[in-house]
Amino acid sequence: MSIMQDSREATMIGRRSDGTPVRRPLSPHLQVYDMLQMTSALSISGRITGVIWSLGLLLLVWWLLAAAAGPEAFARVQGFLGSFLGLLILFGMSAAAWFHTLNGIRHLAWDAGYGYTIPATYRSGRAVLIGTAVLTVLTWIIAIAFWG
Amino acid sequence: MAEDQVRTTTLRTPLGRVRGLGSAKSGVRHWWVQRVTSAALLPLTLWFVISAALLAGATHAETVAWIARPWNAVLLLLTIGLSFYHTALGAQVIFEDYINQEWLRMAYILGVKALCWLLGLAAALAVLRIAV
Repeated sequence: MSIMQDSREATMIGRRSDGTPVRRPLSPHLQVYDMLQMTSALSISGRITGVIWSLGLLLLVWWLLAAAAGPEAFARVQGFLGSFLGLLILFGMSAAAWFHTLNGIRHLAWDAGYGYTIPATYRSGRAVLIGTAVLTVLTWIIAIAFWG
Repeated sequence: MAEDQVRTTTLRTPLGRVRGLGSAKSGVRHWWVQRVTSAALLPLTLWFVISAALLAGATHAETVAWIARPWNAVLLLLTIGLSFYHTALGAQVIFEDYINQEWLRMAYILGVKALCWLLGLAAALAVLRIAV
C-alpha cells in the first residue's frame, strides 16, 4: 500500500454553509498506515475477529435451536459441523475467538494504563499471536481427544 | 489550586458536566459497558470453548443432558446474553466509524440491535426449553 508522505494530503470533500464544496483535512487513516506493521495489523485484526466471532454466534444459536427441536435437526447441525467445511469454519472461529480474547486482554491492560511503550506493544502483540496459536491447537487437541 | 484551574478552563455548564454527555451523546457508558461485558465474557468464553470441545461428536441425548444441567443452563444464558450485548456494542462502533450517512448508520445500528435481541432470545428460549 502506498504511503502518503504528508498527512495534510488526506482530505475529504466537505461543504461550506453556502453549499459550495471544499477540501477539508481528514484525520490520517489508511493513507498513512503501513498495514504490514504489527501494531496496525493486530489492531484491525481485533475488529475483524470480533465480526467473525459474532458470525460464530449464529452457529451457537443454530446448534441450541436444533438441540431443542429434536434429534433430526440436531443430526443436521452435527453433520454440517463435522463435515470438512464445518470443521474448517469451526477451526477459523476458534482461532478468531482466541485472538479476540487475548487481544481484548491486551486492550484492557492498555485501558488500565499499562504497556504503552513501543517495545511493550510489540512484546504483547507477539504474545497475543503465539498465545492464539497455542490455545487454538490446545482446543483442538481436547476436541479430537474427546471425539465420539 | 489545580481545582481552581479546572474550574476556570472548562467551558462546559455544570448541568452538562453532571449529565456526562459529550459529543458522543452517551458519555462513557458505551465504552465502559463494553469493557465490563468483555471482562465477564473472559471466564464464560473460556468455559464455553472448553465445554464445546469436550462435547465434540456428542449425541443429541448427551448434548441435551449437558445443556439441561442447572449450572450449564445458567452459564449458557449468561454467555448468550452478554455475547449478544457485547456484539451489538462492537458492531455499533464499527458502523459509527465507517458509515457516513446518518440515517444509514442509524439503520445499521438499530438493525443489528434488533437481530441481537431476536437471536439472543431465540437461543435463550432453546436453552430454557431444554433445561426447564
